[in-house]
Amino acid sequence: MKRTACRAVSRTMQPTIPDSVDATLDLLEANDYVAERRLATAVFLALKLSRPLFLEGEAGVGKTEIGKVLAAGLSRPLVRLQCYEGLDTAAAVYEWNYPRQMIEIRLAEAAGDIARSELSHDIFTTRFLLRRPLLEALAPEGGVAPVLLIDELDRTDEPFEAYLLEVLSDYQVTIPELGTLRAQTPPVVVITSNRTREIHDAIKRRCLYHWVDYPDAARELAIVARKCPAASSSLAREVVAFTQRLRTLDLFKAPGIAETLDWAEALVALDRITLDPQTVADTLGALLKYQDDVQAITPDVAARLVREAKAEIA
Amino acid sequence: MAVAGHLGENVLYFVRVLRAAGLPLGPAKVIDALAAVDAVGVANRTDFREALAAVLVSRREQLPIFEQAFELFWRNPRLLEKMMAALLPKVHGRADDVADDLPARLAQAMLPPPVTTIPEGNEETELDAAFSFSAREVLQRKDFATMSTQELAEVKALLRTIHLPLAARPVRRSVASPRGHAIDLRTTLRESVGAGGALTPLAYRTRRRRPPPLCVLVDVSGSMDRYARMLLHFLHAITNDRHRVHVLTFGTRLTNITRHLRHRDVDLALARVADAVEDWAGGTRIGACLSEFNHKWSRRLLGQNAVVLLISDGLDADAGDGLAFEAERLAKSCARLVWLNPLLRYSGFEARPAGIRALLPHVDDFMPVHNLETLTDLAHALAKPWRREATLARAA
Repeated sequence: MKRTACRAVSRTMQPTIPDSVDATLDLLEANDYVAERRLATAVFLALKLSRPLFLEGEAGVGKTEIGKVLAAGLSRPLVRLQCYEGLDTAAAVYEWNYPRQMIEIRLAEAAGDIARSELSHDIFTTRFLLRRPLLEALAPEGGVAPVLLIDELDRTDEPFEAYLLEVLSDYQVTIPELGTLRAQTPPVVVITSNRTREIHDAIKRRCLYHWVDYPDAARELAIVARKCPAASSSLAREVVAFTQRLRTLDLFKAPGIAETLDWAEALVALDRITLDPQTVADTLGALLKYQDDVQAITPDVAARLVREAKAEIA
Repeated sequence: MAVAGHLGENVLYFVRVLRAAGLPLGPAKVIDALAAVDAVGVANRTDFREALAAVLVSRREQLPIFEQAFELFWRNPRLLEKMMAALLPKVHGRADDVADDLPARLAQAMLPPPVTTIPEGNEETELDAAFSFSAREVLQRKDFATMSTQELAEVKALLRTIHLPLAARPVRRSVASPRGHAIDLRTTLRESVGAGGALTPLAYRTRRRRPPPLCVLVDVSGSMDRYARMLLHFLHAITNDRHRVHVLTFGTRLTNITRHLRHRDVDLALARVADAVEDWAGGTRIGACLSEFNHKWSRRLLGQNAVVLLISDGLDADAGDGLAFEAERLAKSCARLVWLNPLLRYSGFEARPAGIRALLPHVDDFMPVHNLETLTDLAHALAKPWRREATLARAA
């Protein structure tokens, strides 16, 4: 939906890129993304210098959201490439439409005019090309350079990383049958990684790097207020204080902002207006996703955290 | 050859010294070096050095080795003889002085092969000599902990030749293959078009196979000191031999030494490791270190069916406290957990200490690692196709 809506925006209507860090902060803010200044600086530089933005951080801290927010804020289509192991050019860049090509050959046969050179010339044209995310980002059909979100790059393998080098440094892809296609306007590229393995330095070298950390209490509160307006301000403050404390414990996976928001929504759905140990125990599944971590938060610990959280905001 | 007599001979020797120090120099380089010396002459020492450097050095990292070797070798043409003299049993001072500020490998390359003598009072060596094994055969079976310095030096060289061919696993990526199971439409169609639309044989693809990542956890506590030092030579070789190898040391704390080991020069690599590892030859807290590994590293290093080698004697200062839990988690996060324990060299080995009893139920393989032969066995074991289900069924 969003994609088609964005595409309808003509080139002249397109908002220009922000001209300062403050303008970038405003842009993110206007799209409900409460960013710290360092992140806004990285985004600003990425836009200004036309360099890919490499975001690394724990799961659920809002890395992917940056791509979406930039697409919305700049009124550009969002092209998303979700990475997985074994991702190849057929799924990431382009593929030939084999059934159509075969029909074309049969038609040419039936018509009886098979000239070899012409046939291969006719078969390998853009008409028979299935465009995958990377090609769509470099040569968009709508003509507007999109925001290219390469999500969870750490899930793919090294060969694909190596392939990305050409795409990211020169904004071009090579299709043997057609030649090299170069982006007229480079797309805005956002790469995210959960750091389940180290990404090769060669990729990082071409990007602006930013480590997305957990937010501090004030910023997390602002995020909850924006994203979950149904929660009362006192509940939001309790939720944030509790989550902030939870992150200081020795957990296998500390809750991210996404978990905080899920939890706030869960509490609203349960019509709670304040935290109590029993509610925490019942809804812990929204915050913690490992059994060991859930077990570590015993009723005693939960009660202590609730007490401390309430004392803090009182 | 225009470079006559002693100079030519010395250039030849110099190239051999550099080769022994690890520079990849073939016979053609000797000829090039002689030609270069012939071209610049020997009147100017700097020109002479730069000419040799231009021919003999091909990477930036080699330059320090070359420069030190040059200074040492050409400072005094008779130095080699002097160093030979210095090696005679009763004169130690000189050789030590020289060796101190040099990479160990270079110092060794400068030295002539020492005369093999059996040190007095070393019963075990005498015993070995009594058998008619070849020297190499003896080395294969000898415990690292009981080796003499000379033997250790020889074994270090052998350790670097052991490869670790992990059994390849299929990955989600395909490669053209005539025996494949999936039709390669792209190639088929292109060939068909090339043949004017006529029918051509179908092309096929199959799953590509690739060795899994390897993660090595080395115990560097006091009881493991000797083994850990030797095994680092082995680990340095395999780190630089293949992709996706990560090495961490643990004692009282966990240190990732992968980046240090990636240095191509083994002496520099090990020197950096020594700087980085602060708890060398100290105590062991296996449970705490595995916990740190599980929290901080396992998700980054153990993806894509990694194999974990845990090198430890299992003697734990915390008496196995919390170890079983962390070991179980580690085993569940990797495709295969291999425990290499030098204590297994004793035939009467029993899993008495608490640390060993805590670890043992969770490892997939339990193997000795105290001499070259056991390392070779390890290489064989890892090269065989393996699935965890099979062992679990056997254990049940």
